[in-house]
Amino acid sequence: MLIKIDNITKDYIDDGLVTPALRGVSFEIDKGEFLAVMGSSGSGKSTLMHIIGFLDKLTSGKYIFDDQDASNFDDDQLAEIRNQKIGFIFQSYNLLARTSVLDNVLLPTIYTPNLNKKKTEKKALDLLNKVGLSERIGHNPNQLSGGEQQRVAIVRALINKPRLILADEPTGNLDSKSGQEVMEILQDLNEDGHTILMVTHEKYVAECARRIMVLKDGKIISDEKVGNQHLAKNGLKK
Amino acid sequence: MYLFETIKLSLKNLLLKKSRSFLTMLGIIIGVAAVISIMSVGASAQDLLLAQVRAMGSNLIGVLPGASDEAGPPAAMFGIEITTLKHEDALALEKLPHIVAVCSYLNGRGSISYLNKSKDYNYMGVSEGYIIVEETTVDSGRFFRQDEIDSLARVVVLGSEVKKELFGDDNPIDKRVKINQVSFKVIGVMEERGVVAFQNQDEQVFVPIKTSQKLLLGVNHLAFIRAKIDKEENIESAISRVKSTIRFRHNIKDPIKDDFSIRSTDQALDMLGTITQALKMFLAAVAAISLIVGGIGIMNIMFVSVNERTREIGLRKAIGAKRKNILFQFLIESATMTLMGGLIGIITGILIAWAITIGVNYFGYDWKFIVTPVSVLISTMMAIIIGLIFGLWPASRASKLNAIKALRYE
Repeated sequence: MLIKIDNITKDYIDDGLVTPALRGVSFEIDKGEFLAVMGSSGSGKSTLMHIIGFLDKLTSGKYIFDDQDASNFDDDQLAEIRNQKIGFIFQSYNLLARTSVLDNVLLPTIYTPNLNKKKTEKKALDLLNKVGLSERIGHNPNQLSGGEQQRVAIVRALINKPRLILADEPTGNLDSKSGQEVMEILQDLNEDGHTILMVTHEKYVAECARRIMVLKDGKIISDEKVGNQHLAKNGLKK
Repeated sequence: MYLFETIKLSLKNLLLKKSRSFLTMLGIIIGVAAVISIMSVGASAQDLLLAQVRAMGSNLIGVLPGASDEAGPPAAMFGIEITTLKHEDALALEKLPHIVAVCSYLNGRGSISYLNKSKDYNYMGVSEGYIIVEETTVDSGRFFRQDEIDSLARVVVLGSEVKKELFGDDNPIDKRVKINQVSFKVIGVMEERGVVAFQNQDEQVFVPIKTSQKLLLGVNHLAFIRAKIDKEENIESAISRVKSTIRFRHNIKDPIKDDFSIRSTDQALDMLGTITQALKMFLAAVAAISLIVGGIGIMNIMFVSVNERTREIGLRKAIGAKRKNILFQFLIESATMTLMGGLIGIITGILIAWAITIGVNYFGYDWKFIVTPVSVLISTMMAIIIGLIFGLWPASRASKLNAIKALRYE
């Protein structure tokens, strides 16, 4: 078991006004799972992802990650976990402008101590090759299509061999063909044993996962295995 | 690796916005250039001043009439005539140990004429010790002897400039000139000495001290006495011997009632050195204020930069940058900017100082081009420190950004 979430809540306090975002959520994620979290905006799915990704702190409850209690970590330790155990993929890619594809991919590694520079670079080149970007390593993000940019972001998420990949609406800004390519890559990664948590509000994207969880008003309203996983290489059905 | 990457990154960010970086650096460039050039000009001026005093000769002490505070100027400097110092005092000092030579001085001004040429010059009544005390010599002819002083001989030694004016290329030796209508025989011409203690030594003439007292000015006293001491370490003891000798001669029992004061060139050099040093530092401090203004410009632009790169900061935090990493990144960036500004400023400042050197030398002063490594080092350090201090606030704000909010920032 990689993640155990036990009855966590999250309240946002703004001007003394308490807004609950999560109202007692419990579930587990095993190694090698591909979980899609669905819900309309305001359902708490982003909050949940931020907490799981150690970007935000929970208000109450228990979060065990990789057999460690997350409530015991200080800010620097959280940064280290984000750096070495989590790989983030964002809806808007968040690549650094005027920075080459290769340097964007290597960005997390400058915060990782004791890395072999040569080996890391070779790994980055291998991964870029796998997602079909080996011709693009010297390009800047503004010279790439949206799909290519998201593939760079995926490689960046993989560079430190994370225990968990967090994808926040990874196809949200993409046309259907690029979206399909990205989902194919995520499915391939999952086949290779990567654990993936993906937030989406599109049913057809969620169906590419192996398990779908639906949140509403800060609570889980359903959590089911996908009986028949849709393979992205067959095209995304809308 | 991390430091190297960070410096590379900040250089890249500076180069991305060349004109903005340059305009931001301009404050630092001007400030550092001002500090460097002022320090240089100050050092050159100090050198010139001290050289003027040093040219009077080393290991000299002066005896001036009238009492004075150790630190303050003697009364004679204010044009008050005090008649207590006599040539006999100088003769008495000659016999003291460690004293190599003594010279009495009395100056006046009058017209000096040869044939139909006449011009106003300073004349200096001095004794035969002058040559040793002032470390100079005659260019032709000879200087006067002691017996010529005692016999009130009417002989004169010309400064080289006076000789040129009155005689041109002719040989003046044994010719007769008139000083205030009194006829003198020219026995020598001094070598060229130029400006010493801000007085052109070549534009005066020298007559025996007693001759100037009795025949030219009709007085009995001296303007001052100078004595040359054999070694620097003996100056202190020589001064105390000189004091007691003159007290004995003037019948002074209580040192508070001294009617003379003693100065040494070392003392004068010290005093002059301290004053010019203080002046130099004050000017540099004023110039340094512009560095602070430059620093505020840096701070301003760093806030803009932090704002523009909010999403980048959010991303860096999300993928594992710690607070100190972000803080460090922006501090390095501002310090890189001020350091680059500082280096450009140092080069500019040196060029300004060099231009000033050429200019002043053109007007005939021996103005040296002095840029001390210390001033370069201090300026460089100051530039870096300014970058760190004024970069701290923006960098700290960047480091405290909330990653989630920063990622959503538009």
